[in-house]
Amino acid sequence: MENHAANHAVDIDRQIRGYMVVFVALLAMTAITVGVSYLHLEVRHAVAVALVIACFKASLVVLFFMHLISERHVIFVILAFTVAFFLVLMILPILTNLDHVRI
Amino acid sequence: MEGLIPYITEPREDTGLTNGKIGVWLFLASEIMLFGAFFATYIVMRLGADVWPRGWEAQNVPLGTLNTAVLITSSVTMVMAWASLERADLKKFQMFAGATVALGFVFLCIKYVEYTSHFHENMYPRTSTYLAVYFTMTGLHALHVIFGMAVNGYFWLTGRSYWEAGDRQLLINRVENAGLFWHFVDIVWIFLFPVLYLL
Repeated sequence: MENHAANHAVDIDRQIRGYMVVFVALLAMTAITVGVSYLHLEVRHAVAVALVIACFKASLVVLFFMHLISERHVIFVILAFTVAFFLVLMILPILTNLDHVRI
Repeated sequence: MEGLIPYITEPREDTGLTNGKIGVWLFLASEIMLFGAFFATYIVMRLGADVWPRGWEAQNVPLGTLNTAVLITSSVTMVMAWASLERADLKKFQMFAGATVALGFVFLCIKYVEYTSHFHENMYPRTSTYLAVYFTMTGLHALHVIFGMAVNGYFWLTGRSYWEAGDRQLLINRVENAGLFWHFVDIVWIFLFPVLYLL
């Protein structure tokens, strides 16, 4: 029992060190996103850079702060359905506007 | 309490999760679709507009960057509040939970400064499509911050009662679930910030 409690404490300490690494990474990527915006890139390039960094930041939050990295199968099933419908929601308006995009 | 709602402290055998956690993830799925509808609207409006300002022309980028840092920091204090409970350290939980609520308040104060600055420059939702989208999306996000502060504030204030009543696992699970919502609010801002301030 004592062994289990000690292992749990070590595990939590390891997770906390991970949170600090993720924290620094999130701040660094925010700085990069803002720094790139001062380059005043063409819209399509700016969108690509900003969204790639934002997706990476969001992944870090979901995986580590929301513990998805160690989550159960059923949560992944829920998220898979959600992501599929979310992508449809994003792609449909882009497809319907492809013939007259102004960016 | 366990008799009223099953599996709130112990995980179900089939899913391996408490009912509360599945409920919160399903709620977040609906929230993703809600914000998804607004992002889809943004895409339609922007692609169809003759003129659309670059974010940095209309917004105060340093203030937006500061707010991003504030919200990221609040996500760390939120997860540290949960970790403190896991380490059976109630005092640290109260410190981190209080810090999370305080950082949420700082975020809203900065947003208030930004909004009033826009209003002084006669920039209202009716002024342009960009501003209509900006105020709608950031306003909806701010409502989520307020709701998250209310939930976290509740656990900050009542955490000791849970702890002393022996409902420790119940408190740990509920703080983790509250954290899931708070981190979601952070993720929404991670996308809103570049979309509305930098592109």
